[in-house]
Amino acid sequence: MKLDDVVQIRDGVNGGSISAAEVAEAALRCIEALDGRLKAFISVQPERVRARAREVDLQVRDGKTPLPLAGVPVAVKDNISVKGMRTTCGSRILENYIPPYSATAVRLLEEAGAVLVGKTNCDEFGMGSSTENSAFQTTCNPYDPERVAGGSSGGSAACVAAGMASLALGSDTGGSVRQPSSFCNVVGLKPTYGRVSRFGLVAFASSLDVIGTIARSPRDAAVLLAVVAGRDEHDSTSATIPVADYLGEMEKPVRGLRIGVPKEFFDPGLEAEVKTLIEAALANAASLGCDLTEVSLPHTRYAIADYYIIAPAEASSNLARYDGVKYGSRTPGVRDLAEMYFRSRSNAFGAEVKRRIMIGTYALSSGYYEAYYGRAMRVRTLIRRDYERAFENVDVLMAPVSPTPPFKIGEKVDDPLAMYLSDIYTVTANLAGIPAISVPCGFTSGGLPVGLQILGRHFEEDTILRLAEHYTRAFPVSPRPLLI
Amino acid sequence: MNRGIEEMSISRTEVVKIAELAKLEFSEEEMDALTARFQRILDYVEALKEANVEGVEPTSHAASGAGAAVPALRDDVIHRSLPAADALGNAPDPGSDHFRVPKVI
Repeated sequence: MKLDDVVQIRDGVNGGSISAAEVAEAALRCIEALDGRLKAFISVQPERVRARAREVDLQVRDGKTPLPLAGVPVAVKDNISVKGMRTTCGSRILENYIPPYSATAVRLLEEAGAVLVGKTNCDEFGMGSSTENSAFQTTCNPYDPERVAGGSSGGSAACVAAGMASLALGSDTGGSVRQPSSFCNVVGLKPTYGRVSRFGLVAFASSLDVIGTIARSPRDAAVLLAVVAGRDEHDSTSATIPVADYLGEMEKPVRGLRIGVPKEFFDPGLEAEVKTLIEAALANAASLGCDLTEVSLPHTRYAIADYYIIAPAEASSNLARYDGVKYGSRTPGVRDLAEMYFRSRSNAFGAEVKRRIMIGTYALSSGYYEAYYGRAMRVRTLIRRDYERAFENVDVLMAPVSPTPPFKIGEKVDDPLAMYLSDIYTVTANLAGIPAISVPCGFTSGGLPVGLQILGRHFEEDTILRLAEHYTRAFPVSPRPLLI
Repeated sequence: MNRGIEEMSISRTEVVKIAELAKLEFSEEEMDALTARFQRILDYVEALKEANVEGVEPTSHAASGAGAAVPALRDDVIHRSLPAADALGNAPDPGSDHFRVPKVI
């Protein structure tokens, strides 16, 4: 059984032609066969998965209304809390942490009849672009196991690409859903900031974090978003704006849609083969009857510097909670409280997390706050205004996701700044808070996947999903065999 | 003291002080490597000083103004919160109704 069509699975389970138990077994078999090599999951509890699938089957049998995700196997990034399931954030400090409550997005998934198959690997607390900063393992790219699956939601993207789950939740602070989706040839959506509740998402940078969806098609991404989106009283930053009818909107035409092409996203850093594929995608979009025009986002040149002040500053504050008192690991044999803080944090945080806590602490420290964080939050306004100005004349933007195809494991691990620069085309959507999606647009001559990014106005997920669906229907990327 | 962004070179002593604030400890070699990396990152973010932010308000909620920001105060009603046993469930050293820590002074 293939797990790549969510609507088929949920209609089959709702209609009784297949059971959630059969679907769950198919997912577990695939995980058993592939995950030893792929390393997409940090934890899978097969008995829990089977019990949950039986529960869904009973619920469907007794229920009157069909469930929107009946029996659909969903993987959840390991920085999203699931009650009673270990949630590590890819960190030693939370190695044995068992959340006493579920994230709102997880609760909504379960109410919709989804079966959670496991918790996926990620860079520690989401800080990274390759999962190499996970304390436990590095996820391989299913199209080339010597290369990274991307990050930080690399496990979520790889497991959907390999068919181990139909859908996955990730989180996107600076590109962490879109970049691994691009690297693994799947669809990754970062919604508008506030569209999906962050309650139960372990905080990294609170003004940038958003839970995103990973799927095999824009349609499946829309089904998942419709379930998890909406106002939540547990997250004061979640938006009250009504959730759009994503599937209905998807059927409307795209002819006449105005697409802006931001010239700053086609800089010398963009690799030639990626550029060729994106330019072909732009021509494809024009052939659908869309009107393309060049636009300018002049403050893009400040984006990486801006992001690497704001995100570490907020992280240094959020990660102060790991003090060895309430949860997380504590180093034993210490003399006093202060030593306990120092030892527990220093022993359990990884190198990149410590580096970002240090940068963030500096940027927020007395005398420097206004020069760094204050200034960065103002530059952020300039970046947001660039987008608002562009969206006065166009409906969406089209651009690359990442300047390169998936890179080799180990290639950038010793050069944090090089790793940071690979986020150049994704961070601005987080800084501006707008929605953006990565859709497959082809393979390099070496057989590596490349994603196309579509960005939209605040809360216009329906528009980018509609264009993504029309695009992928008209120009499907011919499947390639996985090399795992 | 409010130092401008133009003075962005960082000494090892300063990095040691920041580690103290962040409650992190590093070996001598780690501290040397960290100081060098710190400098590289600060050199890079120096680009921000070129941006003209005169009169520009900071953005904290990136989707505010697009209909997202609401006075998000809930009604003042009592509701069930996390039971104490659950709140203590992950503590490295829980007491019956409290978290135990090493001596403070």
